[in-house]
Amino acid sequence: MERIINLNVNHECYEVVIHSCESLLDVLRIRLRLTGTKKGCNEGDCGACTVIMGGRAVNACLVLAVEADGEEILTVEGLAQGTRLHPLQEAFIKFGGFQCGFCTPGMLMSARALLDENPDPTEEEIRRGISGNLCRCTGYVKIVESIKEAAKIMSGGDLHDR
Amino acid sequence: MIDEDKTEITEEDEGDLTGALAHKIHTVLGKRIPAVDGAEKVTGTAIYTVDMTLPNMLHGKILRSPHSHARIIRIDTKRAENLPGVKAIVTGKDTLGKKNGIWRRYAELCDEEILCRDKVRYVGDPVAAVAAINEDCAEEALALIDVTYEVLPGVHDPMDAMRKGAPQVHNHAERNVNINRHIEWGDVDNAFARCDHIREDSFFCSSQHHACMETHATIASFGYDRKLTVWTSCQSQYYVQILLAGMLGLREGDVRVIRPPTGGGFGGKLSLDSTQFCSSLLSMKLCRPVKIVMTREEDFIATKRRTPMHYRLKLGALKDGTLLAKEVKVVTEGGAYTGMGATALYLTGFFSSFPYKYPNYRYDGFRVYTNTEGTSAMRGFGAPQAMFCGESQIDMMAEDLGIDPITIRRRNSMTPNYTVPGQAIIRSCGLPECIDAIEKYIKKRGPLPSNHGIGVAAYGFMSGGIFNWIDTPYAFAAAIVKINVDGKVDLFTGAVDTGQGANTTLVMICAEELGIHVDDVRLHVGDTSVCPVDLGNWGSRTTLMNGNAVKMAAADAKRQLLAYASAQLKPNIVYDLDIKDHRVHLVSRPERGISYFEVVKDAIRGNEGQVIIGRGHYTPHRKGMISPAYSFGVQAVEVKVDTDTGKVELVHVATAHESGTVVNPIGLEGQLEGAFHMAAGYALMEELKMKDGKILNPNFRDYKLFLAPDMPESEVLEVDTYEPEGPFGAKEAGEGLTNPTAGAIANAVYNAVGVRIKDLPVSPEKVLRALEEKCLQEEKPDDLYVATS
Repeated sequence: MERIINLNVNHECYEVVIHSCESLLDVLRIRLRLTGTKKGCNEGDCGACTVIMGGRAVNACLVLAVEADGEEILTVEGLAQGTRLHPLQEAFIKFGGFQCGFCTPGMLMSARALLDENPDPTEEEIRRGISGNLCRCTGYVKIVESIKEAAKIMSGGDLHDR
Repeated sequence: MIDEDKTEITEEDEGDLTGALAHKIHTVLGKRIPAVDGAEKVTGTAIYTVDMTLPNMLHGKILRSPHSHARIIRIDTKRAENLPGVKAIVTGKDTLGKKNGIWRRYAELCDEEILCRDKVRYVGDPVAAVAAINEDCAEEALALIDVTYEVLPGVHDPMDAMRKGAPQVHNHAERNVNINRHIEWGDVDNAFARCDHIREDSFFCSSQHHACMETHATIASFGYDRKLTVWTSCQSQYYVQILLAGMLGLREGDVRVIRPPTGGGFGGKLSLDSTQFCSSLLSMKLCRPVKIVMTREEDFIATKRRTPMHYRLKLGALKDGTLLAKEVKVVTEGGAYTGMGATALYLTGFFSSFPYKYPNYRYDGFRVYTNTEGTSAMRGFGAPQAMFCGESQIDMMAEDLGIDPITIRRRNSMTPNYTVPGQAIIRSCGLPECIDAIEKYIKKRGPLPSNHGIGVAAYGFMSGGIFNWIDTPYAFAAAIVKINVDGKVDLFTGAVDTGQGANTTLVMICAEELGIHVDDVRLHVGDTSVCPVDLGNWGSRTTLMNGNAVKMAAADAKRQLLAYASAQLKPNIVYDLDIKDHRVHLVSRPERGISYFEVVKDAIRGNEGQVIIGRGHYTPHRKGMISPAYSFGVQAVEVKVDTDTGKVELVHVATAHESGTVVNPIGLEGQLEGAFHMAAGYALMEELKMKDGKILNPNFRDYKLFLAPDMPESEVLEVDTYEPEGPFGAKEAGEGLTNPTAGAIANAVYNAVGVRIKDLPVSPEKVLRALEEKCLQEEKPDDLYVATS
């Protein structure tokens, strides 16, 4: 069955015709061509498709598009402010918080949701905050470090040189 | 040469600079340079194969065998063809009937059909493929294809498969033996007779899946001009090009393979996969682009995986801990096809001698076909298995002899300029220093709480293989450097970055050699029509092999620039020139120089307006049988064992690794941290559960990877070395780091609670069972024990 839904994605409004069985992930990737959000497993296990919906990090593959009707959604494409990268993105680059990069968009969105809720997380809280996101490359060390540094920057500190 | 202006380091010194000294003269190497592809990867603008869409593109799906062994009697595609939206269906009849194999040089090892024609050999073997207007339609069509199978008895265990009368997976392989390898030096039998103590132990190394975050995926587009373009997530665009051409009956030059950013490889994307073949076949039938993306389940069941191995080790030593002889017998589960498994069989035999000086050594390995998913290359390539077994046994030997684990390793450690008889020449080797560093670390950790234990394991690995099973006539690695009039450089290389940081490493090497900055270099990779041939990323070859090619290409371009600069600067002939930080200068008199940018302009003007092109290549010659260089290290892991549940918790890890000159510390640390994650998973919990050849846990819910909260604190202990064969003294830092962890963890568990687990993974069930057995034995009165034993 076809339905029309309204989405606000990265502060832009879309009216989308969807099938009722479609996931938010497929709508973002196929219909809106926002391919920054990745499909790693399509069953909610890997977190590569993490986006922020209504202020919460969700696995877009587990959200039916109809459930997202009227929601505000932030994806990795909406993380930077114009041409200025978000501090999380800056920190991931500077501290090597990615390797193959495939889990990175989801990881960034989980981190963003964490920092929105808790601007000064402990290392343990950071690790728990990204525990829904699998990374096969980094062992998470530099991801945790990047998030820690971004939190510092966002609360007014500097990205300290190493 | 005596010169009053002599600076701290002169060109005479540069010839034999050690790593420590070399850092001082590098302007780019050794710096924490952020990845050159970072901005794309953190903004979602890196376009992976799975993200691409082409105009008029169709979507493909592959029908796979539900049986582990069956004859195909009939395939009826009529009902599927009639489904609206279905555009084409291919089966084995649409192929040339050739068999594919990455060991192209040996026909009997090319054993895999694109689509099975007569027989399926594992659950997941491809039998048909559909192209349709969307994925759902293609999926629906699969269900409408009727395949009549005659189910055959299968063999799912290599030991069973070798028995007389066992079902045969391939007709040509008697007793299902796919390949056997023998390595021997010294006089093993005589040496065992001289040993004070001999141990014999059996081990089992389980399988593991690469579990790349991007599943295997391909888009193939065959045009009306009869040329094929393929975008695919792979570890060598060159292998895909030549093997696709061979299997499809096209000329190599008519197949162009483009490798977009690749979401992980780890050995899993080295052999060709069914998405590459099936999308190409379908596209050739339609002259339309066809995209096939594997589901996570397909990625688990129908690609390749780490080779499970049964090990039997015999180790002989003198009282003082000197290791005199080692005998290794290995049977590996090959799965249905060869893939890169033949290399893993050889390397596990070679690396079972690592990293020690065995004067007498014998290895016999058998790779056996079974009706299971093929086994092949995975990070470490046979060495993690070898070192889990070897490093467990050496600890047991040390205990038997009353020697501590550090001392026995130090006594037998490989050292620089050591020759492994008939096999390998080891130039740089920092293993003794790594052992010292780990010994210090252990002392620093001090006395441990109860149920805690530290285990150590030493390791080594190669920096690229000297193997040409693909039978290429080209150099193993090559690079082209183009210097444009504004001084900006285009670097073309076939090197493959699947996340390990090769792009950044090679740009840094290019910039260092040319005396320019990282952001002066634009890198061009991943396109067979544009980049030189390269053998891809495996065997930790990129830093050394591609690094040498890039350095040579940059040096070639630099030589051309220096010729023009020399004409301008007119130095005494005893002085040579170099470029550092955009300045061309006399090496011994750096104040005499001119701008790099001016020299480039002059050089191009003087070259009839042509850009400056430098070319470089690398193929190892006379470097032994295995690799031009080897890296070494020691790892110590502290664990805590919960004696109620058997659960092993990782507490702390330290690794002393030497990889020659460090090109980029961020990259090196990233490799180390990531390798530990993968190897700790291998050691403790990653396991493919199988029943009658069927993988029961093809998803991340049931096949678990470690999560961020599970990872312990880690420490890197730096050991400086300089590898004469490597670019600026560098060697591998990719796979070797996967090798020590399972052994170190097994040793740590033993040191914590006194139980020795000899089969991977070291799961809570096994630890608990071993603890119970140990408890029962300890409760038995001694006399009773003697009487029954």
